[in-house]
Amino acid sequence: MKKIAQALLTIAGLNLAGLHLASPVFAEEVMTIEITEGVENATPIAIVPFESPEAGLPVNISQVVTDDLESSGYFKTMPVTDMPSQPNDFKSIMFDDWKRMGMDNLVVGKASETASGYAIEFRLADVYKGSQLTGLRVMSKASSLRFAAHQISDVIYEKLTGEQGVFATRITYITVKKEGKKKRYHLEMADADGSNPVVLFSTSHPIMSPVWAPNGHQLAYVSFEEGNSAIYVQNISTGKRQMVASGRGINSSPAWSPDSSKLAMTLSKDGNPEIYIKNIRTNQFTRITNNRAIDTEAAFSPDGRNLVFTSNRGGSPQIYQTPVSGGSAQRLTFNMGKYNAGASYSPDGKMLTFVHQSNGAYQIAVLDLDYQQLTVLTDARQDESPSFAPNGNMIIYSTNRGHRSELAAVSVDGKIHKRLTIRGSEVRDPDWGPFVR
Amino acid sequence: MNTLLKSITLITPIILLTGCGGSESITKSNETVATVEDHSIGEGNLDNGEMDVLDEEATTYAVDGATGYDISDLNDPDSPLSIRVIYFEYDSSAVLADYRPAVEAHAAYLANNPGTVITLEGHADEQGSREYNLALGELRAKSLKQQMVLMGASPEQITTVSYGEERPAEDAHDDEAYSLNRRAELVY
Repeated sequence: MKKIAQALLTIAGLNLAGLHLASPVFAEEVMTIEITEGVENATPIAIVPFESPEAGLPVNISQVVTDDLESSGYFKTMPVTDMPSQPNDFKSIMFDDWKRMGMDNLVVGKASETASGYAIEFRLADVYKGSQLTGLRVMSKASSLRFAAHQISDVIYEKLTGEQGVFATRITYITVKKEGKKKRYHLEMADADGSNPVVLFSTSHPIMSPVWAPNGHQLAYVSFEEGNSAIYVQNISTGKRQMVASGRGINSSPAWSPDSSKLAMTLSKDGNPEIYIKNIRTNQFTRITNNRAIDTEAAFSPDGRNLVFTSNRGGSPQIYQTPVSGGSAQRLTFNMGKYNAGASYSPDGKMLTFVHQSNGAYQIAVLDLDYQQLTVLTDARQDESPSFAPNGNMIIYSTNRGHRSELAAVSVDGKIHKRLTIRGSEVRDPDWGPFVR
Repeated sequence: MNTLLKSITLITPIILLTGCGGSESITKSNETVATVEDHSIGEGNLDNGEMDVLDEEATTYAVDGATGYDISDLNDPDSPLSIRVIYFEYDSSAVLADYRPAVEAHAAYLANNPGTVITLEGHADEQGSREYNLALGELRAKSLKQQMVLMGASPEQITTVSYGEERPAEDAHDDEAYSLNRRAELVY
């Protein structure tokens, strides 16, 4: 009990992890994740069904944890029917039984009702050592139980891989539904596993390029609801929207500065598409590029000092980098084909991901900036909009499959491939949100 | 730019252009009778779509409103004004020479009807990056506008908007659909 107390993780009062939605509209269809390629030496783990209060639990916590770990591609979870017993606390674990079955890791736990919701206790045990690796008690409101389960998954993932988990993070994306001859566009947000999808904005006009502010509270995106492209910033909790750019020509490609105070964007108000930075508080614009060619798709480096962007100033779209403080742009993609576009930095700033074309196919690639090493990670024809997970391990992107756009994810080492499908919808333009603080 | 326009206005008589169909005569309200020439330009003399009005022989433009196209031509399916969509090559915003007769006709129509305004919608196919395609659509609409202004339309008459790959003409995902989606639409 002492061990539990010293690492008390409290998420009581959390509604959608701090995001109190004014009137959440839940999306009709839930996303399903399918691992299409995983690692060969996936870590075996057994998550024993948690003991529930007699009235039951609104969310099957241990099932969510099982699905999270399995869907990461790094774990092989044990089917409940294969388990020799179903202990709920550390002292009831018969380690010899699990050892005999070749099981390395074991998670046991129980949930009980509290005045304001539920208390979930769990322990991760090392079967061979017969010892506890970690043990936590998580307090959660009923409405946040699924997110609490994702946080438990993150704790287990980090303990066993040494890397921060991203189960308790969110993604945003655009869905397009055909209604007769017309189309309906939704800006949606969901947990990283596609659960809890919420519609944040809906219109009959195209919307594109949603990006999560690093503070986790706002999204910027492009909407054509006024006819021309315009950039909006929307507060996720209140739903309040603010138009931040709607000049002549295009207003697009928003990208947040690391401190969430500025937006880089593409405007053509002064002629052709150029990159500007707008300070959202002072409404001041700073022009970054000045060039007859297309300059677009800016993204800030994690230290906020540089921007990468796409330009066809050399005759074909390539990736360039320029200091935010001014200075000349430097091309980053040399001898890497005729088409490289839509770049963004990895969270540690050491890599870029972007769309790379080879043999007529548009695929997701990563470029190691120190070693100038380009690695193509996907093999479809029309992959785009890559976005790093906040731990830098996975990249979510959109792909065309069966003539429809859907989401997919790939690990940076190229070993794990996942498909995320929402029935009945085109899904595109994903952006992976920050760690939830 | 100004000198270019002046040199064009000095040239008489005004020759009207239709799409294809060889020669025929059209009588316009004033005294001018002009032979209409077939100006569909063959593959051989494609000039990469670069706009260079002065190099084009036997081509003049109605730019001063004295004569040219009127409202009835706008609805005439045989008029080059009926061409309202212009297609582009992959990753290019150059207006192909094939479309010059139609572009000239629209410019002349606008010059003759100063009260008329037009929106040029730039579009891209879905290949590659969505935001780059929005910029490409913008450049397509603007390069078309630039040509029409060179040919006598007033910049104030022409609004451009880019929809990138967001409003495809064809929803299919093949080369044929892509070639139909790389376009600029002239919307009166």
